[in-house]
Amino acid sequence: MEPQTDTRTGAAPEPAAALAAGQVSRWTRLSAGFTGGLGVVVLLLALVPVAMGATLVQDLTTLLILVLMATMWNALAGYGGLVSVGLQAYIGLGAYATVWFSLQGVDPYWGMVLATLFCAVVALPLSFLVLRFRGAQFAIGTWVVAEAIGIYVGLDNQLGAGTGISLVQLDSYATSTREHITYWLTLALTTFFSVIVFMLLRGRLGASLQAIRDDEQAAASVGVRVVSAKRILFILASAGCGAAGAMTAANILFVQPTAIFSVNYSAFMIFMVLVGGIGTFEGPIVGAVILYFIQQQFGNDGTWYLIGLGAVAILFAVFLPRGLWGLLEERTGLRFMPLGYRVRRRARELR
Amino acid sequence: MLVATGVRRDFGALAALDGVDLRIDAGDAVGIVGPNGAGKTTLLNVLAGTILPSAGSVSFKGQDVTRARADARARMGIGRAHQIPRPFGGMTVFENCFVGASTGGGLRRRAAYERCLTVLEMSGLAELADRRADTLGLLERKRLELARALATNPELLLLDEIGAGLTDAESAQLVTLIQELNRRDGIAVVWIEHIVHVLVQVVERLVCMVSGRVLADGEPKAVLADKRVVDAYLGSAAA
Ligand SMILES: Nc1ncnc2c1ncn2[C@@H]1O[C@H](COP(=O)(O)OP(=O)(O)OP(=O)(O)O)[C@@H](O)[C@H]1O
Ligand SMILES: [Mg+2]
Repeated sequence: MEPQTDTRTGAAPEPAAALAAGQVSRWTRLSAGFTGGLGVVVLLLALVPVAMGATLVQDLTTLLILVLMATMWNALAGYGGLVSVGLQAYIGLGAYATVWFSLQGVDPYWGMVLATLFCAVVALPLSFLVLRFRGAQFAIGTWVVAEAIGIYVGLDNQLGAGTGISLVQLDSYATSTREHITYWLTLALTTFFSVIVFMLLRGRLGASLQAIRDDEQAAASVGVRVVSAKRILFILASAGCGAAGAMTAANILFVQPTAIFSVNYSAFMIFMVLVGGIGTFEGPIVGAVILYFIQQQFGNDGTWYLIGLGAVAILFAVFLPRGLWGLLEERTGLRFMPLGYRVRRRARELR
Repeated sequence: MLVATGVRRDFGALAALDGVDLRIDAGDAVGIVGPNGAGKTTLLNVLAGTILPSAGSVSFKGQDVTRARADARARMGIGRAHQIPRPFGGMTVFENCFVGASTGGGLRRRAAYERCLTVLEMSGLAELADRRADTLGLLERKRLELARALATNPELLLLDEIGAGLTDAESAQLVTLIQELNRRDGIAVVWIEHIVHVLVQVVERLVCMVSGRVLADGEPKAVLADKRVVDAYLGSAAA
């Protein structure tokens, strides 16, 4: 390791021979294997439409959308400390932007990609509004914004107003082709956003974001640009949820304002992340799989169903705050993703 | 290097700082003493940018920073250890320092690693590098405050009661460390501490604050002998 150069003061570097006795590692054999394994899973998933039937393809599309939503909510809350109850704003906007682009004659699949970008663009100015808020204020503030956008979209007759609108443009594809493309695009977007989150967390910004989550004022006191770090994360999560909304439109072929802007999406995201493990990369995936099976079993709606989900999420928050994956990591002492830093102490005389 | 002029800070009807003037030059070692509630921490908050003054101005390295945000000041070279430790609980001890080195210190990855390992070794936390910070005890948290501030590579170090609760041997170590940082590395130090006999081993200047004002500022012996200081602070604290 090269000696540390003191860029600002020009003061002599510490006598490293006596002091810096360690080595910082990030990859372990386990994390390399696990990360590689995830890569293989993605490749296998890409082959599913070729090998398997239509039902599985559709089911997996639904599951992947849940994974994407959970990953985005976790990035925001679990790594940035920004607990939002309003990400459905971007789910709805992503879906409706897809419809709008299709109405303009854009191929609907390109429309989905554009809708994702559109959500990032919308999130930028909105971030100046909502990032003024902290804690519960932020949660409620984002919800209010989501409701407002939902109401506004529901007034647009061109977009079907309150009754909703079908994504008829997808009819130009044969059913199985459509299902396959929808699946592949969902897989691509979910993978894309997961990789972005992974790289973000591994980078310097990841450490800064976790610092903000743990203590915003202390983070500022060591030099973290608090607001811009939050903004980057907020825009990323908005774009990711926009993609999830666009793919939802493609998956169910119909969007209706109260459904697609429903706060239920926030309930689902919170459930998946709290149960799977907030602040872990893998937790949201675990939570998404669990929610998926619950939805298969008990349907997707109804007051009691939602109350049940909420109750379970609260129980987890109180009794198992790091979720199932956090429990696994705690019990085994293992880290499966190379997101942290490990220090190996080195014998002093080695330098 | 740091000049505070006429600094005032009101909390409602209370004037926590009531017209403070303070000048710190490069390489200075200045102690601040004063009874509880004198406004010492509030002064540090104003200098670090954690809170803004109600009136008065602060400049650092010739630049007016009165309204500059705390993170900007940290990047300019002000490091700060909090009286009540504020670790990043969900991160390891090493990662706590890494945040400081990579943002406030502006160091690239390799250099940041080296910096963190160095400051952890210096502050006696090397063994605990991989521990989650929320599992640390109070004294270890205080060390982490110091280590994390040092990781930002500061030119001015603001320390708030990092020596409270130490054994004699531990405070002797701390004195040696702060002396080294000040004399060898040339870091200016402002150190708030109630344990005056520890403080005077390090500082060349002592400031006594009472009720938001600077009561005395000068050579430690002279300040400690000052009748007003004895009456307002030393008498009550019996230090
Ligand atoms: N955020 C705040 N809101 C209201 N009052 C405050 C705030 N911070 C400090 N004060 C008040 O300002 C006064 C000065 O407090 P400060 O913490 O600066 O004292 P101190 O000299 O550091 O005392 P100690 O030796 O106990 O740490 C106290 O009366 C305190 O109650
Ligand atoms: Mg104080």
